[in-house]
Amino acid sequence: MSLPATTWQTVGPFFSIGFSWLYRDNLAGPGVSGSRVEISGRVLDGEGNPVPDGIVEIWQANSQGKYAHPGDPQEKKVEEGFTGYGRVPTDGAGLFRFTTIKPGRVPGPDGHLQAPHLEISVFTRGLLRRLITRIYFPDESSNAQDFALNLVDAGRRSTLIAKQTDAGSGALEWNVILQGPGETVFFDV
Amino acid sequence: MNKIPGYRRYIPGTQPRHLHPSYVSSIKRAPQQPLVWLPHTLSEITGPVFGAEIADVKASDLTRQHSGEPVGERIIVSGRVLDESARPVPHTLVEIWQANAAGRYLHGNDQHNAPLDPNFTGCGHAVTDSEGRYRFVTIRPGEYPWGNHHNAWRPAHIHFSLFGPAFATRLVTQMYFQGDPLIPFDPIFNCTDDEKARNRLISQFDWETTIPSQALGYRFDIVLSGCESTPMETHGHGEKS
Repeated sequence: MSLPATTWQTVGPFFSIGFSWLYRDNLAGPGVSGSRVEISGRVLDGEGNPVPDGIVEIWQANSQGKYAHPGDPQEKKVEEGFTGYGRVPTDGAGLFRFTTIKPGRVPGPDGHLQAPHLEISVFTRGLLRRLITRIYFPDESSNAQDFALNLVDAGRRSTLIAKQTDAGSGALEWNVILQGPGETVFFDV
Repeated sequence: MNKIPGYRRYIPGTQPRHLHPSYVSSIKRAPQQPLVWLPHTLSEITGPVFGAEIADVKASDLTRQHSGEPVGERIIVSGRVLDESARPVPHTLVEIWQANAAGRYLHGNDQHNAPLDPNFTGCGHAVTDSEGRYRFVTIRPGEYPWGNHHNAWRPAHIHFSLFGPAFATRLVTQMYFQGDPLIPFDPIFNCTDDEKARNRLISQFDWETTIPSQALGYRFDIVLSGCESTPMETHGHGEKS
């Protein structure tokens, strides 16, 4: 028996009332190993205006490249307290911010490891479905061989790579441009 | 790990495109570049896991979150979360949010001139049981005007957010009510081309879950992307706990 998947509908303008109970802006609690990073950025619309009613969700592996999920077959440990899930709202200036650890490399197609990355879902009023993208890390030599980055036109790859804002501090900037010049690469997943 | 078992892609026409100009907010927010097709990897076939303890009784009974009873018609909204092979999706988080009986959301940006209800927040969540079932007690939401076009009114609806077993199975949708005269005029309802797909968003009145002298029952089953067939089993995804 085959059932068709339910169709998406927009989150609408008021979805923060339904999402706020599960806001999680720190994925790197005590006992979670790995190098801390603070990632912040803005969500901007097609006119460059901030999107003040957006929510960003994060899904990522731990510093060993292991997901806190039963479908990850790798024989590696997940520290207690590490879920790999985050959810943060944008503020009036379209700004979001979260703290996490840089994930390890996870398996990709054909036995190659992927470069460290976060899976990102973007939700706002006006989007009929979520937008899916990835955040990669700067100064990461494995980016050059990453299969997903290599699916993207070379000229647009930089939209997926966070920028270091302050050398040595672990602070990274990564913006979401929904539309127009510099539009962020979104994936069909 | 050469063959990662992925999730099925959506059937063409059964999902909205990002740009749907009659829903005006999509015009400045929909991407213009084509999406980049991404084969599923371990990153997409895994996803956040939430335990049953994340939802208590009050979280799924929106009529009992305050000291008094909310105004409006009590209803039971229940159903099953299934995958495309009609297998239940157990232990998955379902979130809902909605307007109150007067058609007003408890949100600072809601300018509709209708009363807030001190006994109704309009948000809830639940985790499906081992058979994929969920159940909420709530108030039938009111219709409300919005600024999309002249004399625009949203049909009564409840927003749903689901995770499913993987990053790839995330779903946010809206549930409507049978017989609502506003449905055919709603640009959001109409954003999906396929008529059957649209109509599956309309919940069905249900005697079986109706409680005598207490609340009418509405049934709304939700289908998440299912796994692609064979290789799935060899990697033990989904069934393994």
